[in-house]
Amino acid sequence: MEIDPFIFRLSIFILSIFVGYYVVWSVTPSLHTPLMSVTNAISSVIIVGAIIASLAGNSKEVFDSASIFGYLAIILAAVNIFGGFLVTQRMLAMYKKKKKDK
Amino acid sequence: MSANLLAIFYLVSGVLFILALRGLSSPETSRQGNLYGIIGMIIAISVTIISVGNFSIGFLYLIIFLVVGGTIGAFIAFKIPMTAMPELVAGFHSLVGLAAVFVAISAFLNPEIFNLGFPGDIKIASLVEMSLGAAIGAITFTGSIIAFLKLRGIMSGSPITFVGQHFLNLVLGILIVGLIYYLCKSQSENLFWSLIIISFLIGILLIIPIGGADMPVVISMLNSYSGWAAAGIGFTLENTALIITGALVGSSGAILSYIMCKGMNRSFFNVILGGWGATDDASSKKSSEQKPVKSGNADDAAFLMKNASSVIIVPGYGMAVAQAQHALKEMVDSLKKNGVKVSYAIHPVAGRMPGHMNVLLAEANVPYDEVFELEDINNDFANCDVAYVIGANDVTNPVAKTDPQSPIYGMPILDVEKSKSVLFVKRSLSPGYAGIDNDLFYRENTLMLFADAKKMTEEITKSL
Repeated sequence: MEIDPFIFRLSIFILSIFVGYYVVWSVTPSLHTPLMSVTNAISSVIIVGAIIASLAGNSKEVFDSASIFGYLAIILAAVNIFGGFLVTQRMLAMYKKKKKDK
Repeated sequence: MSANLLAIFYLVSGVLFILALRGLSSPETSRQGNLYGIIGMIIAISVTIISVGNFSIGFLYLIIFLVVGGTIGAFIAFKIPMTAMPELVAGFHSLVGLAAVFVAISAFLNPEIFNLGFPGDIKIASLVEMSLGAAIGAITFTGSIIAFLKLRGIMSGSPITFVGQHFLNLVLGILIVGLIYYLCKSQSENLFWSLIIISFLIGILLIIPIGGADMPVVISMLNSYSGWAAAGIGFTLENTALIITGALVGSSGAILSYIMCKGMNRSFFNVILGGWGATDDASSKKSSEQKPVKSGNADDAAFLMKNASSVIIVPGYGMAVAQAQHALKEMVDSLKKNGVKVSYAIHPVAGRMPGHMNVLLAEANVPYDEVFELEDINNDFANCDVAYVIGANDVTNPVAKTDPQSPIYGMPILDVEKSKSVLFVKRSLSPGYAGIDNDLFYRENTLMLFADAKKMTEEITKSL
């Protein structure tokens, strides 16, 4: 009997939820805002779907009905990726320790 | 590139994303973590482009769009003031949601490129996955737009409710399930479009009844939704990076929602089913009789704090509105010069998003080891001379401990009233968001400072 690949993906999914659960509980509350912005940035990895949608088609037209949505999604996801990571970086750069020489 | 190698790369970027979140367990490791996240993203994007292997004119457009979107994103990231963080995050969530919808649409219109079958004959499992991804994505999109408008102040922050609202949501929810079922049977394009439109509608209806101060829950919830949408698309595209990320983001948002709800002692459903403001007219009227209030000016406050040995600052949303964080830091610096020990106390739901106050204080160069969470500092109020409440209200209301009738009864609060004296910066005596009078205003040891948070803080600094 062969296992449906779907079951493997489901396993990854369920285990990742648990990983997420433990990892996020260990995030210090003072970094909850950067947590939101960085999760937002990484969820934009949905761009891989958009890239396939826009480039993998066989049609001679660059923009057909399916690829146009792919390109639109690329713009949206790109805003998020750059915006999300950079704003996180900007925030994290502000968290400083007390200077000892004071 | 072989499919197996590709899958390995996606796994690697998934693991890097886990490390990105792991880094946030302390500020020292967080910047490293963010770097892992960026590397993970670069890997995912590059291997996808290489595996598709289409470097024709379409690739050129891809680069152009990537640059256009990236420039917009970078511009926003550098320009946005830290006080506007909640609406920025809400806005970004809406983009993820919409991107998920777009990817689902293109998968539906051209399933061959994703190996999902053919138009009109898409694999049932894939169809369910993409429908779920599209529906959750659409809800995230419109929900986040509403949250954005409310946070930005374009739309009123007060809850919008009407008769039969919850019933309507229920009907629409059932309709979604029905539509997905018939979509699987008929593969009809019209059903797919209807599904998306109805989901857009649900997103709006879900968020409009939720009031301004419940926004921390809403943002976290939408954060979670954007993750589940990504996971749904990940299943459709059989992509490990997306599945891992979706699960991570989904559970992250869910945990944050839980923490926020616990910070208000309310159940998640209680928050979702509508705001506070509408229900407690009675309790706010009851207490409207005149009670004596002591009010003072900046000199009084400066005198009190200068002679204190320890001061605890309690910031709230009002500090963000007044942009008072820098003025506050200056005040604290002069206090420290006078030998006063100063720390900051942050309530979990202070502000409009999780961690909102911490970011603002960090922006004002407040060292993070002077900033404490509720459970770490609450016992210290009893030994502190002055509590300086700036822009917070409901989270300091002792009624939460004393009056079982109060809507906020049971909510964990900062025990500000235990300190020797309380300085309460506020523009007027008006009740806070919950619509309840704050007992603290009328206490013997409270001195009200009626002014704009920033102006008052600046004046105090001058008199110090």
